[in-house]
Amino acid sequence: MKGQSLKTFVNGIWRDHPIFSMILGICSALAVSNKVENAIAMGAGVTFVLLATGLLISLLRKLIPSRVRMITYMVVIATFVIIVDRVLKAAVPDISRALGPYVGLIITNCIIMGRAEAFYVQNRLGQSLIDAFSNGLSYTYTLVIVAVVRELLGFGTILNFRVMPQGFTNWVVMAMAPGAFFVLAVFIWISRSIAGMEE
Amino acid sequence: MIGISLLTVFLAAILTHNIALTYLLGMCPFVSLSRSLRTASGMGFAVIFVITLTALINWPIYHLILVPTGTEIIYYIVFIIVIAATVQLVEMLMERFFPALQAAFGIFLPLITVNCTVLAVSLFMVIRSYSYATTVVFAVGSAVGWTLAIVVVAAINEKLKLVGDIPKGMRGPGIIMTIAGILALSFVGFSGMVNVQ
Repeated sequence: MKGQSLKTFVNGIWRDHPIFSMILGICSALAVSNKVENAIAMGAGVTFVLLATGLLISLLRKLIPSRVRMITYMVVIATFVIIVDRVLKAAVPDISRALGPYVGLIITNCIIMGRAEAFYVQNRLGQSLIDAFSNGLSYTYTLVIVAVVRELLGFGTILNFRVMPQGFTNWVVMAMAPGAFFVLAVFIWISRSIAGMEE
Repeated sequence: MIGISLLTVFLAAILTHNIALTYLLGMCPFVSLSRSLRTASGMGFAVIFVITLTALINWPIYHLILVPTGTEIIYYIVFIIVIAATVQLVEMLMERFFPALQAAFGIFLPLITVNCTVLAVSLFMVIRSYSYATTVVFAVGSAVGWTLAIVVVAAINEKLKLVGDIPKGMRGPGIIMTIAGILALSFVGFSGMVNVQ
């Protein structure tokens, strides 16, 4: 039992990594990774929704008719996303404004739908929560890694503290969309090479 | 005046504020389907259809039902149910009345529910408080812009396969993202052509 929990955890955090291995949840990984603070807020939000969805779906898994399971997941996820949206608006209004519509788009983040369909609906509560936590964790650390590179080069700061010397010219492209593509592409390249993964 | 601003919204949605290359939305199907030109264009047309339809339905629901009753807070749930239901309905109608069309892009329809561009268009319409006409134009423009981006990336990717010799870890998603990055860079060139919010 203990061995299986560990395996679930390791799978989520490395072997079945949602971003570089399964290519899920890319939209938000690209869009909100321009600053580290946005990445952390988004990562926390997604992790919370994953945990809450995992909890509810794996408890209800025997009650959900399989014909309407997709729409059930959607409603469950949307409910928790509203909670995240409200909490962010109240606690960190600046970040909430920066994230804009991307908070609502957690609903269509395929990591959550994918895990609900592939894991929570078939597994017991404990395993589902471990899976949710490890997937949330790997999503968050990926976002933070990408965001560190982009914020450092695009703004010369990390978490809004000036890191680069005064004479440093900001690479504006890093703060914009193309930079997101390039940094994530390199991240996928490196981690896939380490994992020895092919197409 | 109104005609000009509608055209501006349309052009902005396709070129300067392309939903795929500027807002980075709809990336999951973007990466997985842009390996061949045929699947990319099939998905593109299905997306144009669904986005336009759901925006047409969501606007009246938000402004005529949710706002008057003071229940805007649940609009995420309402929108996503509308989208899922629309997709399901379209699929069923198509199966019954247009089997040829169903065969052409039927397999893409279930995937559209989790395509974030669909929900995003509805969310943008609320955040920017667009009128009904603007919403329709914006929806069509965004969908066309998304399709344009995925088709161009798929075409480049197909040609790239002929040249070959991509590093191992870079094959598949890595190279598609790099192509999209370069394409996004070229779309930055359009900025300043039209300005909207």
